[in-house]
This record gives sequence, structure tokens and C-alpha cells, in this order.
Amino acid sequence: MNKKSHPHTDPNTWLDQHGDALYRFALVRVRDSAVAEDLVQDTLLAALRAHERFAGQSSELTWLIAILKNKIVDHYRRHVREAPLPESEDPDGLIDALFKKSNDHWLTVPAAWQDPDTSLENSQFWQAFTDCLQGLPARQAQAFTLTELDGLGTDELCKVLGVTSSNVWVLLHRARLRLRECLEHGWFGNEARDR
Amino acid sequence: MLSCKEVSLLTSKSMDTTLTRRERLAVHLHLLYCRGCTRFRDQLQFLRRAAQRSSKTLSAGTVRLPAAARDRIQAALRRER
Repeated sequence: MNKKSHPHTDPNTWLDQHGDALYRFALVRVRDSAVAEDLVQDTLLAALRAHERFAGQSSELTWLIAILKNKIVDHYRRHVREAPLPESEDPDGLIDALFKKSNDHWLTVPAAWQDPDTSLENSQFWQAFTDCLQGLPARQAQAFTLTELDGLGTDELCKVLGVTSSNVWVLLHRARLRLRECLEHGWFGNEARDR
Repeated sequence: MLSCKEVSLLTSKSMDTTLTRRERLAVHLHLLYCRGCTRFRDQLQFLRRAAQRSSKTLSAGTVRLPAAARDRIQAALRRER
């Protein structure tokens, strides 16, 4: 090993130091432990081939996560090619189930959530949040995590998911409607009041 | 006048792109009298804050890379070097 020319990073320590963090990062996004393991391996192999390019400007983990993000996007692209988009924009009837047939108003008006931000400090909230995220249909979950966790814009998301921008907005809308419902029932339900 | 179904979609869309002036005005007028859609909008913003926080919280979690996978990856890295 030629450690002296690369003082900022030592590939021998990557797996021990960052393996768990990379695995968790991948698992939240792809929701399949075997896939997440493969992504960690692909990431470390790619990092090994490219580690001369590690400039030490970011932390080692930040650099590895950036590589992992690309691997996750590649994974989604492959996944999308294998599973084409359903014809209908509301295949599971979610939107129809939430609004009145007669006038398109809320069937059940969203409840008031009392001071929701205090929940962010509660570890049980994160269990509920994770469960709700896991409950989303795959494509909605991909759209939501890539947007809200990884900050992808509409154009990038169109390319990754292979759909139009209006498809993307509908996917995100349905993901948010479903997450909102799930959190209202699974978490805020005990305290939510329709005031 | 827009329905709640239309406004909920526009509210969500406004988090990802800029609405037209006409859309913004129509949503604004609807929210003036619709409590449900106003809560929906606030809750979507909460979901965004929660998601951003979750990527930190969850990556600080206790889940570990399984040992068998760790061995496999270690072997793959050795072959590559």
C-alpha cells in the first residue's frame, strides 16, 4: 500500500469504520437487506478504484455516501426498467378513497396535529415514521426518499424513474397523502383533534 | 373554485416546482376558507422536515451490517486490491 501519497484515506479501514453507516443509508432507501449489502460492496469497490481521486475536502464517509447515492440511483434505474409504470395514475384507488365522489372534498378532513415538531425528538416517532415509509408502494417510496432525503429535483427524478414530470408530481402527491394518513393513524391519532 | 382534491395535488406540487400565478391565486383563495387543506399544507411541510431529519436520525441508528455480508465484502475488496 502506498499510504503516504493518500494521507486522508485508508481503504483498509473503510469497511470497519463506515460499513454500518453505509448499510443503514442504503437500507432506508432500498428496503431490502440483500440489495443494501450489494450496494455497500459495489460502493467500496468503486471507492477502491477511485480513491486516488479522494481529495480530502470532504470527510471520508461523506465521500463514500456520495458514491453510494450514485449506486442507489443506478439500482432504481435498473429496477424501473424491470417494472414498467402502471397505466393508471391512481392504480390503488388511494386518491379516490380520500375524497368524496360528489364534490371532491375531503371524505375525512385532516386532523389538527398538536405541535408535531416535538415528535421529532421522540424515538418512538421514528419507529412510526419508518413503518409508514416502509408501507409505501415501492415507486412512491423511491420518489419520496429521492426527493426528500436526497434532494433530487423533478428533472433528475424523471430520468431515474423514467416518467414524465406530471407523473413524478402525482407519485409524490400519493406518497405524501399516504404517509400523512399513516402518521395520523399510527402516531398523531391519540392526540389529534378535529378542532 | 378548485376542489380539495385539486388543491391537495397543487399543494404537494408546489413543494417540487413553482406553480403558475393562476394556480397560486386559486390555492390561496381556497386555503382562506378550507381548514382541511390548510392543515394538509402544514403537514406536508412537517413531512419534509421529518424526512430531512430522518436521514440523520436513521443513519445514527443501531442496525448493523450483518457479519456474513461483512466477510463477503472484505473478501471482494481483497480480490480487488
